[in-house]
Amino acid sequence: MLFLALLLVSSCQNKRKPNYQYFPNMYEPVGYEAYGEYDVFPNGQEALIPPEGTLARGHSLYPYENTNEGYDLALLNLKSPLLTSAIDSKRGKELYEIYCGICHGNKGAGMGKLVKREKILGVPSYADRPITTGSIYHVIYYGKNSMGSYANFLDEEERWQVTAYVEALRLELLKDKE
Amino acid sequence: MFQHNMQKFSLTLLWLIFTLFFSSLTHAQDDDPIKGKALFNANCAACHQLDKKMTGPALRNVETRLYEDEGLDREWLYAWIRNSSALIKSGDDYANRIYNEYNGAAMTAYPQFSDQDISNILAYTAQEKVTPPAVATVATTQTSSNEDGFSKMLVLSALAVLFTLLALGLFLVNQTLRRFANKNDIEVKKAVKGPSLWKAFVKNQFLMLVTAIIFLLSSAYFVYGYLMQIGIDQGYEPIQPIHYSHRIHSGDNGIDCKYCHSSARVSKHSGIPSLNVCMNCHKSIYEVAESTATEEYSKEFYDGEIQKLYNAVGWDDENQRYTGKTKPVKWIRIHNLPDFAYFNHSQHVSVAGIECQTCHGPVEEMEIMYQHSPLTMGWCINCHRETNVKVEDNGYYEKIHKALSEKYGVDKLTAAQMGGLECGKCHY
Ligand code: HEC
Ligand code: HEC
Ligand code: HEC
Ligand code: HEC
Ligand code: HEC
Ligand code: HEC
Ligand code: HEC
Repeated sequence: MLFLALLLVSSCQNKRKPNYQYFPNMYEPVGYEAYGEYDVFPNGQEALIPPEGTLARGHSLYPYENTNEGYDLALLNLKSPLLTSAIDSKRGKELYEIYCGICHGNKGAGMGKLVKREKILGVPSYADRPITTGSIYHVIYYGKNSMGSYANFLDEEERWQVTAYVEALRLELLKDKE
Repeated sequence: MFQHNMQKFSLTLLWLIFTLFFSSLTHAQDDDPIKGKALFNANCAACHQLDKKMTGPALRNVETRLYEDEGLDREWLYAWIRNSSALIKSGDDYANRIYNEYNGAAMTAYPQFSDQDISNILAYTAQEKVTPPAVATVATTQTSSNEDGFSKMLVLSALAVLFTLLALGLFLVNQTLRRFANKNDIEVKKAVKGPSLWKAFVKNQFLMLVTAIIFLLSSAYFVYGYLMQIGIDQGYEPIQPIHYSHRIHSGDNGIDCKYCHSSARVSKHSGIPSLNVCMNCHKSIYEVAESTATEEYSKEFYDGEIQKLYNAVGWDDENQRYTGKTKPVKWIRIHNLPDFAYFNHSQHVSVAGIECQTCHGPVEEMEIMYQHSPLTMGWCINCHRETNVKVEDNGYYEKIHKALSEKYGVDKLTAAQMGGLECGKCHY
């Protein structure tokens, strides 16, 4: 009997479904939660893209276009707004190793883990490209060919930190080449 | 006779050496598809694949294709690969046509390549397509798994047979004994009925009381246990709309958690990556390798799941462009605190420097995501009592740390001593 009762109780538990709750009205949010689905939003989706023509606070307008010409202009003209004293290579390294190292390798030689496992090919070594501060930032912002954009992972200041770190890696690589 | 033979022999030897020498010479001039493959993977594979359109066209047998369709020779290819934009600017007809067909995507220039390098690459692109012996591998994996299952079945059925034999044996022994007894006129006692144990038990008030208490206590124990786990979703493992495997991404391929859950660094939520994050890699990764398939999930299954991702973002893999028709993926939320409790990721991940795995368990081994921790208040409080605050490199904490460590007379403060037990920190 007891055994059967236990069986009955335990069979109600199903790892595919959430458990029961006491007083669910205390558990469930009244406000709109991140990623929630509510009727007031278009498509019911709480997660929305910022409206066109707006800038988030702390960001500034990026004047170069996502074209070959825009790339060439950025390559020549764009300079980092960071003062040399504001460059924090420790943070740059940390961010670089999270977001870029997986393809470009932590040394920047184009031998990240995904490349070594032949999942993604054609990742260049920074030393083999005639890149500048401006072009690196441009590529982080828009991506290039099969590399995607990293603008939504990193905020503006972080992008410049990573750019500075990539330049440092490139100098290392060029030194090793000689 | 012998002399004659000898002469013939030396002649053939000479001839052999000669041909060997020559063939090796011609070989040295032959194009080397292996070197070509290395060059291709390092330089071209970002935009080209052999059998699939990517940023640029598929390149298998380009040389013959261009020759047959357009009458272009190898010289054209040398010029194109060394500097395609110069060729386009020079007004070359086909160069302009293909450039416009690809919406003016610029191919990188490779002025550093020698003729030999380019020949090697072309030799690689001219190789026959090797279709992997998919059928064979599937068959072998199946037989091996079958064998495994089969041996288990064998052991089980052997055991079952053994037990039935034993039971049969006992039954037979019993029968024969009875028969003997009957023959020898010995009376076999039937199990005694009568004032049995049960009645004695019911009559004994004390025993009844004790059993009743034990019964009540044990059921109270179980009921309490059941009530306590209400509202706790430890082990919750829903089926997600896309079978996304943390084992493959974070375990096998070592992708950092924060690559996808990038807001964990800076905000309350860790966030679920939007699909453009997936497409950073999956523009190039349109199928899984043969070796990724496991016994439980086949390559076809995984490829189908990547296809689901393409359908959701509206990516047309054939033509390498977005169709603009998107379908949001409704991931099912797993970890969820009640509305009256406040938890912030950046406080724990960035400030305290706690690994994701401390709270979320061995994520890099999870084929399907599940909730590892109970997420009860006791769980939070326990950790706050045991874990020290990370004060190094944190100017913000310098003063308060000094004041508090004097107050408590300790070197290292736990999160609890910093105020991590105050109700208002987690409840508002
Ligand atoms: C998914 C793999 C991947 C990741 C992650 C990645 N890249 Fe790339 N990156 C590539 C590929 C592929 C190319 C080659 C693109 C081309 O020129 O065709 C490239 C090219 C580049 C270039 C050279 C572009 C040029 O001007 O020629 C730079 C600079 C660069 N990446 C920086 C970064 C930085 C910084 C990050 C981290 C924020 C990053 N990449 C993350 C795949 C990746
Ligand atoms: C940055 C991306 C990129 C890289 C890297 C690249 N290509 Fe291309 N390639 C293209 C594009 C795009 C086209 C289509 C024409 C155009 O838009 O310029 C093309 C066209 C071609 C063509 C003409 C194909 C046809 O069907 O007409 C050949 C041949 C070619 N590439 C060879 C190569 C080789 C060999 C390499 C490596 C050494 C290479 N490409 C590297 C982007 C690239
Ligand atoms: C390639 C992107 C990617 C990477 C890398 C990644 N995740 Fe995830 N994660 C996802 C996606 C997509 C989901 C939602 C689907 C699901 O729950 O399986 C998810 C879900 C989760 C959840 C459950 C969220 C909920 O609903 O409660 C946790 C916890 C989690 N990830 C932790 C981690 C940890 C820890 C790591 C590092 C070991 C990691 N993730 C690496 C993409 C990623
Ligand atoms: C940093 C690169 C990267 C990112 C970002 C990424 N993936 Fe993957 N994905 C891979 C690799 C590598 C494989 C394995 C390919 C193989 O084994 O050949 C894979 C395999 C898969 C598979 C098949 C195996 C499985 O897990 O079921 C699916 C489905 C998949 N990814 C979905 C996603 C989704 C959804 C996202 C976004 C949340 C995502 N991926 C983001 C690199 C990535
Ligand atoms: C101190 C414990 C702890 C650590 C460390 C931790 N998490 Fe969480 N995580 C939680 C709790 C608790 C929740 C539930 C939050 C809620 O419901 O508000 C959660 C929820 C999540 C979710 C669901 C969506 C959301 O943001 O609410 C994801 C995804 C996630 N965690 C990923 C991660 C990743 C990735 C890391 C490492 C960078 C990490 N977590 C580190 C405790 C932790
Ligand atoms: C793995 C250990 C661990 C777990 C589990 C954990 N915490 Fe924490 N928590 C910490 C540490 C360490 C700190 C101190 C961080 C700091 O400020 O340096 C902290 C700080 C906090 C703070 C800020 C306290 C203050 O003084 O401002 C809050 C709020 C908090 N945690 C809430 C929670 C909640 C809610 C949970 C359960 C869902 C939880 N934590 C689970 C380790 C943990
Ligand atoms: C470290 C964060 C933290 C602190 C500090 C904290 N709580 Fe909680 N409390 C939680 C979490 C998380 C839950 C939700 C537990 C669950 O869902 O099972 C909770 C749940 C509760 C509940 C609901 C009962 C339950 O288990 O669901 C009560 C009542 C409560 N807390 C009271 C308090 C009081 C009173 C204090 C101050 C002495 C306090 N809490 C301090 C995190 C905290």
